[in-house]
Amino acid sequence: MELVIVKYNAGNIQSVLYALERIGLQGCVTDDAELIRKADKVIFPGVGEASTAMGYLKERGLDRLIRDLRQPVLGICLGMQLMCRYSEENDTDCLGIFDAEVKKFTPSEAGCKVPQIGWNTIYALKTGLFDGVPENSYCYFVHGYYAAAGDDTIATTDYVQPYSSALHKGNFYGVQFHPEKSAQTGERILRNFITGIE
Amino acid sequence: MLTKRIIPCLDIKDGRTVKGVNFENIRDAGDPVELGALYAQQGADELVFLDITATNEKRKTLRELVVRIARHINIPFTVGGGISSVDDVNVLLQNGADKISVNTSAFKRPALITELSKEFGSQCIVLAIDTRREANGEWVVYLNGGRVRTETKCAEWARRAVDLGAGEILLTSMDHDGTKKGFAIDITRELAESLPVPIIASGGGGKMAHFVELFEEGKADAALAASIFHYKEITIPELKGYLHSHRIPVRI
Repeated sequence: MELVIVKYNAGNIQSVLYALERIGLQGCVTDDAELIRKADKVIFPGVGEASTAMGYLKERGLDRLIRDLRQPVLGICLGMQLMCRYSEENDTDCLGIFDAEVKKFTPSEAGCKVPQIGWNTIYALKTGLFDGVPENSYCYFVHGYYAAAGDDTIATTDYVQPYSSALHKGNFYGVQFHPEKSAQTGERILRNFITGIE
Repeated sequence: MLTKRIIPCLDIKDGRTVKGVNFENIRDAGDPVELGALYAQQGADELVFLDITATNEKRKTLRELVVRIARHINIPFTVGGGISSVDDVNVLLQNGADKISVNTSAFKRPALITELSKEFGSQCIVLAIDTRREANGEWVVYLNGGRVRTETKCAEWARRAVDLGAGEILLTSMDHDGTKKGFAIDITRELAESLPVPIIASGGGGKMAHFVELFEEGKADAALAASIFHYKEITIPELKGYLHSHRIPVRI
């Protein structure tokens, strides 16, 4: 099993690598097109800002490369948002894999702070990515922008309003939360992606 | 629903936990990684590691510790203590820390907050403030671990830091710290209601009811405590069970 983590100008990549190690898997961090294309599974992580990240991906042709991948791909946090059509974060056109727009949370009278930082529940879980994960399990979130709910939504979370905490289309999966920091629930989801998704 | 966070804090010196801890179910309570892993397993929502090492080897030992924590612990963690530059932060984040906290260095050079938030994003910049109430009722900022008094009002500095890019405020009331008589509710609430970022309150938690009061009256987003967990006066599962029974949203 060749497991590749896409290297680009976003943070948090090391944490994903360590999380895989904890469940007994070895990943390789690379921006080499050949290695990414040949991998069995690709993880596209990231914490950062959308326009800077998209600029970097385009400069290196990684935008088309990711869009054309045929093997299972898992976007995490910013990675997931970049796989959407468009992000309000600095007016950024993204990869357009998921048919979803990324919008900024507007703090509500409910006293929700932005960014959302902490543990929140995921529900209405679909696909093998969530095999064995009970409804309303807790995951760790850190984000100020969210993907609106739509046809590709496979998990929902409530903050200010219900939004997509996971997306799926064809071979592409994306999660807004950080499975690498979400204790046993996150480890289960990572393991499902690696071993359960074909 | 987003839950209130319970955050144990571990003081670190030369790579070891400082405050005497008393756990018979782990081999080495002086090992921050083992203690942190135990807290994570018990349901801690995050961990804070505060490095008080003052030697030349500080950077190296802290980097090595961050790698070990990131390898072994499956919840987010913050590292603080003597961080004063973009380079310091870069090393810690690259090695797996989720957030860093700054205190005195940011007060002395507020541009540091802007530099850090531009480079790494506000979400990983925690501003720690030590504060004490003056005789006239004003809460003012203290520096250098509480040894140096300033004239700056706590709420003013917090507001400015958020405007500069701080993503969370870790507020410690020196008046309450170590007393076990409850958190500083008024200043916590003032910050929580006036600032758009989460407030982590620290200092004074001694009974489980204090935590209910902190979340209900103080409107805090998270509670940080050290000795009550280290000495097992309150365990995390019982605290979370208690909060849950008082309708405070917590991850159980």
